[in-house]
Amino acid sequence: MSSDLHYKLIVGLEIHVQLCTKSKMFCGCAVEFGQKPNSRVCPVCLGMPGVLPVMNKQAFEYAVLVGLALNCEIAQFTKWDRKSYYYPDLPKNYQISQYDLPLSANGYIEIPLESGKTKNISIIRAHLEEDAGKNLHTAGNFSQVDLNRTGTPLLEIVTEPDMNSAAEVRALAVELQRMVRFLGVSEADMQKGHMRFEPNINLIITRDGTEYRTPIVEIKNLNSFRALERSVDYEQARQLDEFLENGVVMGMGNKTTRGWDDEKEITVLQREKEEAHDYRYFPDPDLVPVKMTPQWLSEIQGRLCELPIKRQLRYVDQYKLSDYDAGVLTADRSTSDLFDEAVKAGAEPKRLCNIITQTGLKIANEKGCSAGDLGLKAQSVANLAGMIEGGTISAGSAGQIFEAMVETGKEPEVLAEELNLIQKSDAGELEAIVDKVLADNPKAVDDVTGGGKKSKKARGFLLGQVMQKSKGQANPKVVSEILVKKLG
Amino acid sequence: MAKKIDQNQVIKVAKLSRLDLTEDEVQEFTGQLSAILDYVEKMNELDTAGVEPLAHCLPVSNVLREDSAKESLGTEKVLANAPQRDDEFFKVPKILDDGSGA
Repeated sequence: MSSDLHYKLIVGLEIHVQLCTKSKMFCGCAVEFGQKPNSRVCPVCLGMPGVLPVMNKQAFEYAVLVGLALNCEIAQFTKWDRKSYYYPDLPKNYQISQYDLPLSANGYIEIPLESGKTKNISIIRAHLEEDAGKNLHTAGNFSQVDLNRTGTPLLEIVTEPDMNSAAEVRALAVELQRMVRFLGVSEADMQKGHMRFEPNINLIITRDGTEYRTPIVEIKNLNSFRALERSVDYEQARQLDEFLENGVVMGMGNKTTRGWDDEKEITVLQREKEEAHDYRYFPDPDLVPVKMTPQWLSEIQGRLCELPIKRQLRYVDQYKLSDYDAGVLTADRSTSDLFDEAVKAGAEPKRLCNIITQTGLKIANEKGCSAGDLGLKAQSVANLAGMIEGGTISAGSAGQIFEAMVETGKEPEVLAEELNLIQKSDAGELEAIVDKVLADNPKAVDDVTGGGKKSKKARGFLLGQVMQKSKGQANPKVVSEILVKKLG
Repeated sequence: MAKKIDQNQVIKVAKLSRLDLTEDEVQEFTGQLSAILDYVEKMNELDTAGVEPLAHCLPVSNVLREDSAKESLGTEKVLANAPQRDDEFFKVPKILDDGSGA
């Protein structure tokens, strides 16, 4: 039986972002990755009787800052709740989180689409909570627990199910990473687990004019963009197959949880006890509420910066850069800041963009930092761009000078001299070389003046000879002009 | 009067709290918890219309600390009360699923 069938993917995302505070959320233990097991742990982390957690002001302000960047309403009154669950990675048997009064809600994030346009994805809420420790299952017939991560501040961000492709889901994740890095509130290092994703996925299937919704699946604990994108793609195909096979649609209590098998690249059903979701939230009596005053809020607002997506759009709009180049420049804040400052210092944007995205990023990659952190002054980079623009140096030698600037810290004008890279643009001096080349190559001269197919090639040959004689320092534009003058 | 708590609720809460109760204990706690609920129920006699919900019993807010790291307890002290340890780790019965709620 043939049928008219089409479907739409529906995805909402829950994201945990680790905030880069020096100390934990409710105690003074250091937040440091890769330390000896159980070496960053205190009685508060252990949930010892009688301990008193105290909120980290920086963590709270970082969370508010992200809330503002996500265009959320910031709550004037927010409180802490206990989410009860019994698991060895949280020894006090509850996680401190926010239940009914999150610190921010009702916002949106603008994400770039492949078309160059953007899409707004609604944010339901963003709240603070503490991370759990780590269970390790490697050794023998027992598990090991390391509580160093316990109590690390996490921002949980929940979106509306507004995404309709795996590419959009990935774009949101990448945009959020770029945003929190721009704001300086998280290193957002995937390798260190600073960002974790849990997509909720289902399909709206229309068959013969009737609409069906497949049961929602939540995929737990994804920690790379690749796994996120692939798992959403996989679920889309799997749910469609499953629906065609059994026709089961969304209903009460048939939401399931699946894990991602990175090697097989499939999602796997996770067994769950139903009562596991009975978290019995209640206000934490150990922690007092936080009231946001207008002064405090405006102080935090003052720390907002132009968001990366806005910068990217501005570069395309204002400087006519390609969307790709604008994306590369705004991948991190220091590179983007360097670009902005150098433009302010007078650099031609397109020229500057080429220097930074070509040579700058190549060197930065080798050094394992960003192009903005190579220690260059914006003014010096602007001057380098200006030297190409003015014909003092060739675009080709700009890379060499840029590298030398990073190595020596010298100014581009000085290096151009030292490295003999100043282009000869003096017509008189170049004319003498051209005359010599023409005298030495009568055959090529005949070919040029004879016209036809050979003419263009011969002209190129003569130009090449002049460049060679000048040791590459002749300004090719000026040489071409002289050739035209002499040979027509 | 409050609707008293029943035995199934006690069994469920005990399970969620990883408590093994004997049948006698279930009986005993069902009675005790119901009595507590009855007592708390007295508050329903008050008219709370127009009263803001209370998030905390102290009239205090914004108790915050500066973000500076301090010395931790030290691994040996941290593990001192552990029923079992494995090197520098707590040792616990094998966990099969990684269904951490965090």
